[in-house]
Amino acid sequence: VPVASGTGGMQTVTLIPGDGIGPEISSAVMKIFETAKAPIRWEERNVTAIKGPGGRWMIPPDAKESMDKSKIGLKGPLKTPIAAGHPSMNLLLRKTFDLYANVRPCISIEGYKTPYTDVNLVTIRENTEGEYSGIEHVIVDGVVQSIKLITEDASRRIAEYAFEYARNNQRNSVTAVHKANIMRMSDGLFLRKCREVAENYKDIKFTEMYLDTVCLNMVQDPTQFDVLVMPNLYGDILSDLCAGLIGGLGVTPSGNIGANGVAIFESVHGTAPDIAGLDLANPTALLLSAVMMLRHMGLHDYGNKIQTACFDTIRDKKVLTKDLGGNSKCSEFTADICRRIQDLD
Amino acid sequence: MERPEKLQQVFGTTLTSHRNKSSLTRENIPPPAKYGGRHTVTLIPGDGIGPELLNHVREVFRFSCVPVDFEVVHVNSAVETEDDINNAITAIRRNGVALKGNIETKHTMAPSVKSRNNLLRTSLDLYANVMHCQSLPGVQTRHKNIDIMIIRENTEGEYSSLEHESVSGVVESLKIITRNNSLRIADYAFKLAREKGRRRVTAVHKANIMKLGDGLFLQCCREVASGYPDITFDSMIVDNTTMQLVSKPQQFDVMVMPNLYGNVVSNVCAGLVGGPGLVPGANYGHVYAVFETATRNTGKSIANRNIANPTAMLLASCMMLDHLKLYDHASSIRNAILNTMNETRLHTADIGGQGTTSEVVQTIMRFIQSKGQLTSEY
Repeated sequence: VPVASGTGGMQTVTLIPGDGIGPEISSAVMKIFETAKAPIRWEERNVTAIKGPGGRWMIPPDAKESMDKSKIGLKGPLKTPIAAGHPSMNLLLRKTFDLYANVRPCISIEGYKTPYTDVNLVTIRENTEGEYSGIEHVIVDGVVQSIKLITEDASRRIAEYAFEYARNNQRNSVTAVHKANIMRMSDGLFLRKCREVAENYKDIKFTEMYLDTVCLNMVQDPTQFDVLVMPNLYGDILSDLCAGLIGGLGVTPSGNIGANGVAIFESVHGTAPDIAGLDLANPTALLLSAVMMLRHMGLHDYGNKIQTACFDTIRDKKVLTKDLGGNSKCSEFTADICRRIQDLD
Repeated sequence: MERPEKLQQVFGTTLTSHRNKSSLTRENIPPPAKYGGRHTVTLIPGDGIGPELLNHVREVFRFSCVPVDFEVVHVNSAVETEDDINNAITAIRRNGVALKGNIETKHTMAPSVKSRNNLLRTSLDLYANVMHCQSLPGVQTRHKNIDIMIIRENTEGEYSSLEHESVSGVVESLKIITRNNSLRIADYAFKLAREKGRRRVTAVHKANIMKLGDGLFLQCCREVASGYPDITFDSMIVDNTTMQLVSKPQQFDVMVMPNLYGNVVSNVCAGLVGGPGLVPGANYGHVYAVFETATRNTGKSIANRNIANPTAMLLASCMMLDHLKLYDHASSIRNAILNTMNETRLHTADIGGQGTTSEVVQTIMRFIQSKGQLTSEY
């Protein structure tokens, strides 16, 4: 488990508050971490794209420098401006740090009722190629071709990450999700690489399942799934489907793993500009992503403490934000979690 | 020598009505292959649970004296040549209508051996896959009151089977979206919505990422929508759609989408209303129609154990009877199925019970008989 560099036992984490409700939920997370006395030193950075030498869009050099040194990042929601001339910030971050794996653990939150209980699965999505290669052409007027790219290297890399993750987090099985009956060569290649990697992880059970069968079974009985690994598009759809099972993007954590030990954890909901600055936002998604980050750094005790406090607050139902069904403020929700952490100590 | 008018009567429908215009709803496609009052329908048993379920369909049809004769065409999924599937396609061209089980696609074969089911759909240009997901009263599900019609483009998109390895270790798979097919499917969706009195059509896409491909699809939907001011049109990105489906599926009315998203959304919806054993599916083209279960599962693990749920295939056969304009037979069988569904103790394993396939089929036939219609000696 990669551990970031730090001084005096404190580990540095690059914090990207983001836009809209980003800053307020980031300060909520910082406050909770302070109360829990987690050994984290936050380094705030802005990632709004700037034009570098040669005219290429890039993230500000101080942000890149901070991330390269700390290796761990926590990010709030970023707005994607339309017609601003530059690509989406998320895409830029992904390319800059080669964030190849998107990991979303979906665990039912006790106290936040959805029609599905006992969901406990993890979706691991290949995040660099596949259907999102961005390669499209107009062949003739009225005929468009979009290219889905599957490479041996990327498939092997994501499969290896999936099995490592399963091993490190005591998960029992990894299921490859594919459509190799229709996309014989591309998904066939992906599947072959998964099978090859599975040979080196005999302690983990490996299964394969068609995308449609996964969808069909997921909405009937999500408890049958453990770790799912898949190419980009299926991952996009399935990870959101699973987020929907546990209550939506407002309560789902997410992590992006890159090459060279870089990992950026983020909340995947939007910037909610209509409630920005009004102390109404729900910091749960960002907080749970931060907990994921703590676990990634090996700080499991702090992670568990903060998660327990958060889930207890939600279960108690006394100080819930509007999206969770209550009418409390973000600060009240945060204060309640802090109080519980102090009680736990 | 038959008098010309009589020939016209027998063959007239088949000869002239193909010219019958651009309406894409099945009502205007005449049932061909009708002679002496009996229809001939191609039957492709397929693999897994296909053969046994289709046998049950034949059993029920025989029992209810349905004037349909089945021409059985076997397709062997274990051979590499395409002779079998081509025979099946020819038979469907001859009869115009087919009922099929799913044909397995074996991974052990070379990638050049394409999915037989897909070949069938594209060769016959069955461009619209229609699935009606409705909550059934006798079935326990997490969500209630679901009533969604899903119209999925069935011939292009990600299923174009155009793949190549440009460099060793790098595979490209082409997703094709054309203006013609997108307009065609959008038109079908709106016509069907209007015909069924539905209020809203939602296009499902990922045009924020696939700007040209899905962008074209969306644009075509918008163009067609402008011709139907009585029907509300909106669009939703596919990942948000799946999230909405598992939390609030009641918000959806009619949905139209390209091939792959159709695959995902139809399976999610089938799961929401109770599983693959309950929902029938239909594939329509301008000229041909093929009916099957909506989620196209082979069900190898439950084959030949008398535990498969016959509902989906039987409901598909009712859709086929409607297509052949044998409405009375369709209603009678459908009512019997729905009544049987209310008997919880008969539910098969996929919907939480322990009943066997044959028990369900027997009960359906008993219901049909109890309505006093003509049935054959059993």
